[in-house]
Amino acid sequence: MKTLVVYLMAMPDTPALAQAAVEAGADVIEIGFPFSDPLADGPLIRRAGERALAAGMRTARCLEVLAETRSRVGVPLVPMTYASIFDAYGWAELERDARTAGATSLIVADLPVDARPDVKRVQLVAPTSTDERLRLAAAATDGWLYLVTVTGTTGARAELAPTLAPLASRTRAVTGLPLYAGFGISTGEHARAAAELVDGVVVGSRAVEAAEYGVAELATLVSELRSGLDG
Amino acid sequence: MSGTRTFGDYGGRYVPETLIPALDELEHAWESLRDDPSFQTELDTLRKTYAGRPTPITLASRFAPEQRVYLKREDLMHTGAHKLNNALGQVLIAQRLGKRRIIAETGAGQHGVATATVCARFGLECIVYMGSEDIRRQAPNVERMGLLGAEVRPVEFGTRTLKEATSEAIRDWIANVETTHYVIGSCVGPAPYPELVRELQRVIGREAREQFLAAENRLPEVVVACVGGGSNAIGMFYDFIEDDGVRLIGVEAAGAASLGAGRGGVLHGARSSLLADEDGQILDAHSISAGLDYPGVGPEHAWLRDTGRAEYVTCTDDQAVAAFHRLCETEGIVPALESSHALARALDCGAELVLVCLSGRGDKDLAEVLRRERA
Repeated sequence: MKTLVVYLMAMPDTPALAQAAVEAGADVIEIGFPFSDPLADGPLIRRAGERALAAGMRTARCLEVLAETRSRVGVPLVPMTYASIFDAYGWAELERDARTAGATSLIVADLPVDARPDVKRVQLVAPTSTDERLRLAAAATDGWLYLVTVTGTTGARAELAPTLAPLASRTRAVTGLPLYAGFGISTGEHARAAAELVDGVVVGSRAVEAAEYGVAELATLVSELRSGLDG
Repeated sequence: MSGTRTFGDYGGRYVPETLIPALDELEHAWESLRDDPSFQTELDTLRKTYAGRPTPITLASRFAPEQRVYLKREDLMHTGAHKLNNALGQVLIAQRLGKRRIIAETGAGQHGVATATVCARFGLECIVYMGSEDIRRQAPNVERMGLLGAEVRPVEFGTRTLKEATSEAIRDWIANVETTHYVIGSCVGPAPYPELVRELQRVIGREAREQFLAAENRLPEVVVACVGGGSNAIGMFYDFIEDDGVRLIGVEAAGAASLGAGRGGVLHGARSSLLADEDGQILDAHSISAGLDYPGVGPEHAWLRDTGRAEYVTCTDDQAVAAFHRLCETEGIVPALESSHALARALDCGAELVLVCLSGRGDKDLAEVLRRERA
C-alpha cells in the first residue's frame, strides 16, 4: 500500500479540508505555516501563503489550526514551514508546541540536513544531492525521506520528472526507510508512475489549488490520486 | 578567515537542499582560486585595464569646508559603481566552474548593469531579475542592461523591489543550478557569498587606506559608507577593522534600517538582522534609493554591530536628497542617492578627518529626484 501525502496551506477551513482529504484516501496531511518569502515554492503555494498571511495565519493561529485538525483526523500531521518562523518563535519551543498541538513530525524547507540537528524533522533530498548527503539525510530524518523530484520549486508539471528514477535508486542504495516523492506531482497518472519508484507521493500545489474550490473539489482530486497510486 | 560560514550567530546556509552542492562547489572553487596566482593576475589585469582601478580619492573641500572629507571615487569606475568589483570576480569564478548562464538580481540596477557588462565582455548569457517598481524608477539602467544584451525579467509580486527580485533569482538558481551561476549583488545570501563578496569588494578599502595615508600621513578618524545589503561598506571597512582608532559608520536609509530597527531572522539564505515582525514575517522597507530599499543586510554587518566595532546610523530621504544637491553644486560630482546617505552623515559625524565611500554615480537617479521635486 503506497502512501498519499496531501499538503494544505494553514487556513481557518483547513481542519474540514483535511478531514475530507483523509476520508477520500489521504494517509498523511502536511500543513503549511505561511512565510512571506518562501524560496522553495512556486507561484501557487506562494500566493496561497500570501492569502493565508492576509487572513491572519501567524504562527500561533497556525498551531490552533493544527490542533483543530488533530481533533478531526487520526493520520500523521506534518507542519511544513521555513527557518525564519522557527527562528522567531524559538526552535525548541516551536517543535514542542507543534508536537503538543498534534504534529507527528516537521518539515523545514530551507534547513539543510547539517543545520540544527537538534530539530528532529523529515529531511528533503534532491536530484543534486551527493550520495554522501543522501546518507546524512537518511541517518538524520524522522521516519521517511522526502524526495524532491526536480531541480526546481514546487508546482505542477506536465510529466513526472525523469530525475526521480535515478534519485530513487541512489537513495534506495543507502537506506531502507520509506521514500515519498514530491514537487510536480499533480495527477493520478503521475502518482501511478511515481508509485513504481517510491513508497508514496506528496501532492502540494495541485491540492492547494483544489482546496481553494472547497471540500468537494479536494475530495475529487484526492480520490483520483488514490486510485492512481493504488492502480 | 577562509571557509567562514558564520559571523557570530549570523550567516549560515538556510536554503533548500537542491542548492547545497552548488554552494559547496563555489566554496571549494573560491578557496583554491583566492590563492591562485593565475586567477589573481587575471582579476588584477581586468581591474586595471577594463574597470579603471585604482579609483582616486578626492578632497571635498567645498562640500565640507569645516572638515577634511575625502571621497573614495567608486563612481569613476567602469559602469559607475562599486558593483563591478564583485561582478568581475564572480564571473571569472563562474567561468572556471564552466557555468555559461549567469543570473543576478538588482535593485537600483547598478549590480544588474555590472553583471550584464561582464557577461557581454565574456560572451555569457545574462538574466537579471528586477522588481517592476525599480524598473519604473531606474529606467536608464534597464535600458543599459538591454543594450548590453542582458534579459531583464520583471518581478511583479510583493513589494516589486529588491527583496522579491532576490527571491526570484534564487528560485531560478534552484531550477537551473547545474548550468547557472548566481552572481549575488551584495554581501548577503548563504555561505560562501557574504565572505566571497566581501573579499572581492575589499579592494575599495585597501586602496583608500593607502591613498588616505599618502594624502594625510595618518588614518582617518571616521570611515563612512551607506548600507543596503552592505557590500560597499564591508569592502570599505574591512581593512580598517584592525585600526582601533578609526570609527566605522554605516548609514542606512531611515525606512530600511535592518540594523538600526531590525531583529534576528532568516532571509535569502542567511540569518541576519532584518526588518521582520515578531512571527518572523519579513516587513517592507521604504527608501527613495532603490539600492537601499531592502529589509535585510549582510550577516557580517550584524556581527560588527553586535561587537561594537562598527556603528550604524540612519539618514532620511530628505537628508539624502539635500546631500545629493550639495555635492553636485559644491564639487561638480553627481552622487548616487545611495551614496548620498553616507555623504549626509559625513557632514555631521563630529570628526575632522573623514573618508566616505562614494559608491556610485547618480545619473540613474536624476529622473527620480526631479520627479520628487516637481511633485
